[in-house]
Amino acid sequence: MQNDKENSKSIQNKLSTVKYNCDDSTHLIVSQEKCAKCKDKTCTYICPAGVYSVDENTGEIVVQYENCLECGACRIACPKHAIDWNYPHAGCGVIFKNN
Amino acid sequence: MDINYNADSIIVGAGPAGISAALEIARAGKRVVLIERSPHPGAKNMYGGSVYTHALKEILKEDFDLIKYERIITSHTWSFLNEKGSFEMTYNNNDSTASYAVKRFNLEKQLIEIAKKRGVYYIPNTLVKELLVQNGTVYGVKTELEEYYAPVTILADGVNSLLARKINLRSDFKPQDMILSVKEAIKLDKKTIEERFNLKEDCSNGVNKQYFGTNFGYLKCIKNLFMMTFLYTFKDTLMLGVGANLGDLTKNKININFVIDEVKKHPDIAPLIKGGETIEYSAHLIPEGGFKKMPKLVTNGAIIVGDAAGFINSVHFEGTNFALMSGKYAGETAVSALDSGTYTEQVLSAYVKKLENSFILKDLYSYRNIIERLHSRSNSLSVYYPNKIAELFEIITDANCISKASQIRKYMFDFLKERGLREVVKDMFAFSKCGADVFFGK
Repeated sequence: MQNDKENSKSIQNKLSTVKYNCDDSTHLIVSQEKCAKCKDKTCTYICPAGVYSVDENTGEIVVQYENCLECGACRIACPKHAIDWNYPHAGCGVIFKNN
Repeated sequence: MDINYNADSIIVGAGPAGISAALEIARAGKRVVLIERSPHPGAKNMYGGSVYTHALKEILKEDFDLIKYERIITSHTWSFLNEKGSFEMTYNNNDSTASYAVKRFNLEKQLIEIAKKRGVYYIPNTLVKELLVQNGTVYGVKTELEEYYAPVTILADGVNSLLARKINLRSDFKPQDMILSVKEAIKLDKKTIEERFNLKEDCSNGVNKQYFGTNFGYLKCIKNLFMMTFLYTFKDTLMLGVGANLGDLTKNKININFVIDEVKKHPDIAPLIKGGETIEYSAHLIPEGGFKKMPKLVTNGAIIVGDAAGFINSVHFEGTNFALMSGKYAGETAVSALDSGTYTEQVLSAYVKKLENSFILKDLYSYRNIIERLHSRSNSLSVYYPNKIAELFEIITDANCISKASQIRKYMFDFLKERGLREVVKDMFAFSKCGADVFFGK
């Protein structure tokens, strides 16, 4: 079955092919309060770019917004509606060239 | 309203729908502003791999010949994958020019050049934060830096259409209404692609393959995964992608990247991409809710087009044509409204009438239940029948020195026994209903 470590390594390799204009602040804001109550943590396994992970020490959701492919899957899949999903600032974010 | 309009129409989003609407309005001599958040048109977009030329010709008219493509897609294959191989059907039409394989980065770039030439005022690198609304009427947009005012605003802001939600034209999607798709652009040299896919050097033919079935590799451990795989030949790139129902992925706790990695290992797909290098990974949502999840398409001063309205026929991989034509109808509606000087919901409803009289709402209506029906039988489609077809062909081709009659009888008997009459009836009922939906559709 899905090996999370292998899959996240595969994602990281693929993300190295993607061009970004990195934004200076996050466009994905999670409500840590809602996330703390969330058992599923759907965002941590649904995101095709592996943007979301759980901090082992604090238990909080860590958001690596720089890797976001701007698909919007996390926002819709989140059972707690805890993701305030916006577009990155104008000109920022992912730039697909071989799409 | 007493507003100093600085344009006749504002269009949010420079994808096929937005550009098409802008062109239509500019051709009528109106001042149209087309706003795009990306620095390069098309750079936020993703699709399987081909744009449909019937619609493109309608939009571009004499400018159509300017469009450069990588290959013409002339061959379509439907393939049912199983553990050992596949069962495929191919339709070749070597004279077809119905669809062009072209990267979105290049497609939108070319469309924008044409639009600018026809008088569209294009503003890239600009993010619309919200719509300006007064007394229930949209009168413009607010970007990060400034405001633009126009009597007609067209929302072509794509599948996530944050703007339509903000003014309550659309309720939010559920995971089961969405397909999450990822794609890899796999670089191979041109000659290798031509040899592997039996293509000509002049790029006048090309291949699109659609694969069904999940009963292979680790995917067979996943229950009820409604998904498909697509492959397109470009000049020196293969586009390989998968699309899976977001609800199914969520329920099974599966990451879509895992799905595409498993697909890449399938014995029928691995040799096609062998030696290739992934040069880009992309992801996108596809709205699958169709007719039933359609937003309110017009309001006072605003119209919704393309993916933002959920205009897709995912059964037949149609989307760019829906986007282009809905953009055109919205453009035509905006022009008549501008000529009449009234921009109420009632006037803009002419857009809905145009959609109703076109393939867009007719097809969305005819197909309104089909995805749901197929989804409810996803195990049959993805696992059971691909296997059963393979078994049948094994009997036919194996020359195993056992009498055909006894094998066929056993095959039929096993089929009814394993499957159970109930499931068979359910399958037949669902599939024939799909056929009836289309036959008795609009």
